[in-house]
Amino acid sequence: MPFKRYVEIGRVALVNYGKDYGRLVVIVDVIDQNRALVDAPDMVRGQMNFKRLTLTDIKIDINRVPNKKTLVAALEAADVKNKWENSSWGRKLIVQKKRASLNDFDRFKIMLAKIKKAGVVRQELSKLKKQTA
Amino acid sequence: MAPKQRTPRTSRNPDLIRGVGKYSRSQMYHKRGLWAIKAKNGGTFPTHVKKAADAPVAAKPPKFYPVDDVKKPLVNKRKARPTKLRASITPGTVLIILAGRFKGKRVVFLKQLTSGLLLVTGPFKVNGVPLRRVNQSYVIATSTKVDIAGLNVEKFDDKYFSKKVEKKKKKGEGEFFEAEKEEKSLLPQEKKDDQKTVDAALIKSIEAVPELKSYLGARFSLKAGMKPHELVF
Repeated sequence: MPFKRYVEIGRVALVNYGKDYGRLVVIVDVIDQNRALVDAPDMVRGQMNFKRLTLTDIKIDINRVPNKKTLVAALEAADVKNKWENSSWGRKLIVQKKRASLNDFDRFKIMLAKIKKAGVVRQELSKLKKQTA
Repeated sequence: MAPKQRTPRTSRNPDLIRGVGKYSRSQMYHKRGLWAIKAKNGGTFPTHVKKAADAPVAAKPPKFYPVDDVKKPLVNKRKARPTKLRASITPGTVLIILAGRFKGKRVVFLKQLTSGLLLVTGPFKVNGVPLRRVNQSYVIATSTKVDIAGLNVEKFDDKYFSKKVEKKKKKGEGEFFEAEKEEKSLLPQEKKDDQKTVDAALIKSIEAVPELKSYLGARFSLKAGMKPHELVF
């Protein structure tokens, strides 16, 4: 029940609403009870309401409001990109994006692949069933 | 004097706001150098020699004056041109036909005819769609393209697809019913050969891509959970 992810300077968060939907940002300062100053390598530093942010497990080591150079260096040092892309949450988002961008031909190829895989699985299963029977 | 090639000249009089120029008439006179043109031409503007107008032909008074004024039809400058082709449809695009007996079939686009309709082929061997015309509105363009280089579709136009006009037969009472039954038209061999030549080249490029042949042979349908407005084609 206790909180595990805290709003703190250096907390990496995911934007869940608005123009920057889906972007990973770093909280670099807290403005007041509702708003934080967020920054990301490809974004102009700006304020965002906490309600627009979903905190992640990732935290980096920075001082309050670093310059862009320091922020980018800290992100590199903590290897945030790889940590995110290997986490189950990050992987899920990548798969969702891929699925949404599939071509009609891609969907067809995936359908064939699924059928093939199911066929192989079913064969193995029947083999195992025969063994135990 | 042959007209000189000159770049389209923007106005020398910039707009302060719409309708109000920065320079007055006299300032513009000076800017355009009309004083220099006048000076070069001895005090007046150069003029073309006016063509001697032909003496008006004596028109006979009309025999008949209509009672009410006859209205002239409004001028219509519209030109008929083929429907604008969507940017996503280029020769070789795979299209999904949405209506008609081939609905759901995935088909290869060849070219747009002068009537605006799209010339399309299955290929026939792959999915049973022959060389056919289809309207752009009844088609979804996918982003899959087939290599169509080297395919000559010049000979196909709207006339190729028009219905054959038969000579009118004289209708005798007895012959009337029998004649109607015999008129089943067979596809001329020439059209079958055209289909074969077009498809031969196409099928080679189709087989170069794995699984494309079975893709073209399958029909498209919406399944559960598919949202057309969110699908990327």
